[in-house]
Amino acid sequence: MANFAPVLASLNGLAAGAFLMSAFGLLATRQMQGCLRFYKLQSLTVIASIVLIAIGMHVPDLLAVALLDFAIKPLLIPWLLRRYVREEIFRRREIDQVLNIPGSLLVALVLTLIAYFLAGLLPPASDAMGNINVPIGLAGLLLGAFTLAVRREAVPQLIGIFGIENGSLFAGIAIAPRLPLVAEMAFPFDMLIVALVIGILTRITHERVGTTEVGALRSLREEAAK
Amino acid sequence: MARSIGFNLLQVLFVVALAPLVSGVLSRLKEIVQSRRGPSIFQPYRDLRKLFSKDEVVSEQASWIFRFTPYLVFVAPIFVTTLIPVLTSYPLFFAFMGDMLGGGFVLALGGFFATLAAVDTANPYGPMGASRTRMVGFLAEPVFMIVFFTVSFIAGSTIPYIVQQHWVTLSEFFAPSHVLLVIAFVMLILAEAGRIPVDNPTGHFELAMIDESKSLEYSGTGMALMKWGGQMKLLVLMCILLNVLVTPWGLAAGKDVMGVILAAPLVLFKISLFILVLVVIESSLAKLRLFRVSEFLGAAFVTSVVAMITGLLRF
Repeated sequence: MANFAPVLASLNGLAAGAFLMSAFGLLATRQMQGCLRFYKLQSLTVIASIVLIAIGMHVPDLLAVALLDFAIKPLLIPWLLRRYVREEIFRRREIDQVLNIPGSLLVALVLTLIAYFLAGLLPPASDAMGNINVPIGLAGLLLGAFTLAVRREAVPQLIGIFGIENGSLFAGIAIAPRLPLVAEMAFPFDMLIVALVIGILTRITHERVGTTEVGALRSLREEAAK
Repeated sequence: MARSIGFNLLQVLFVVALAPLVSGVLSRLKEIVQSRRGPSIFQPYRDLRKLFSKDEVVSEQASWIFRFTPYLVFVAPIFVTTLIPVLTSYPLFFAFMGDMLGGGFVLALGGFFATLAAVDTANPYGPMGASRTRMVGFLAEPVFMIVFFTVSFIAGSTIPYIVQQHWVTLSEFFAPSHVLLVIAFVMLILAEAGRIPVDNPTGHFELAMIDESKSLEYSGTGMALMKWGGQMKLLVLMCILLNVLVTPWGLAAGKDVMGVILAAPLVLFKISLFILVLVVIESSLAKLRLFRVSEFLGAAFVTSVVAMITGLLRF
């Protein structure tokens, strides 16, 4: 076990690296399909990290959280989105962004560095895993918020919100791995409801207005009186 | 010491002799994956022999640069070979003559002269390809720097022989900085060697060429040297990736001659595994449009910076 821990820590670090890469992917992919795929990947890295922390810190409760997250995030949420959001939104290839892609990648890099320095101001975590998870999770949170700001289409913005949640979960499990199971269970269900509500809202907006591009929704359209 | 110099020369011989074979295997495998038969894996040797026996035509307008470049392009990878571990895992005679940045500079010198030579003859396609190569080159440069600085920061050295000792333990091998560095460096190799998402090495359409158009004006011996030099550059980059950055395993650790010679098949085995990866990449991706190359290399840059950040977080 003694020489097993460093390998666990570096595998957790690897999950952290993949998490950060997929956060960048969420920001930079042009296709909605790819965006959703990166979200699945990011959720899987979060789950991998949860499992590794559960083994490394001996918190068996976290395995249940991982299982629940696995059922909801990479499986149920994409299925819901595919079901409730119109197919043609997913088929569209290019999403226009406020910033071009290399530019937004550079801003994202700066955000990552900010997250790194912010995490340095916090008191150091009790073990090696927290030292990786907190700054990376913070970076994921900031990148999700930036995705939300840069994207113009409703579905990638929704995925940006999910990115924020993934980031906070990634940082949170390392800070407080022994949170009661009930509290941990609440978050994935929240995400499910968010996906459902925004999915339906997007569908209705698309039916009424004809577009879900937030940048194009500028003028007020009134319903015809019934 | 004599033995150390001898091993160094053996490494050079390995690279010089087997570079055409590696590119032959690569192209043959790619053809097979795309369900065609393809030429024999020894075809590059036949091409080189044919080119060496042909007459060379040089434009009257060309200056000494045009004549000098093929020799430089041929020699630059050989110089780099003396600096990197190809067959042995311990430093050889010339190991401390230059570090990885030095090797990068030597390779870049060859590339710089190839660019000059392409402009030299005033063939319209030469300068076009040359300027595109420079574009890819300057976008790749920051990635190179971040990768090398992160490597030297984590391993505590810039000498390739010392760096490769660092990744041996399992926890170092799976360290996020290591894995991400390797991904970034693979993307760099694709860009630098003109492989598929960036450039099509088998394309013969001048308007779409990036790397190939620089040697359009060459013929005979000059062309042979340019080709051979390019093949050696690919092999040298693979050796840096596989022997320094990915796996330090399989290299000779002892000082006896047989051990070093027996390391050659192991290294070739590693190279053929990487060729398989390269074939999968090349067969499953399409060539990017020229202005999308910046996004590809932007992704590589992000990968390398993420590697740097996760590397910093470990301390």
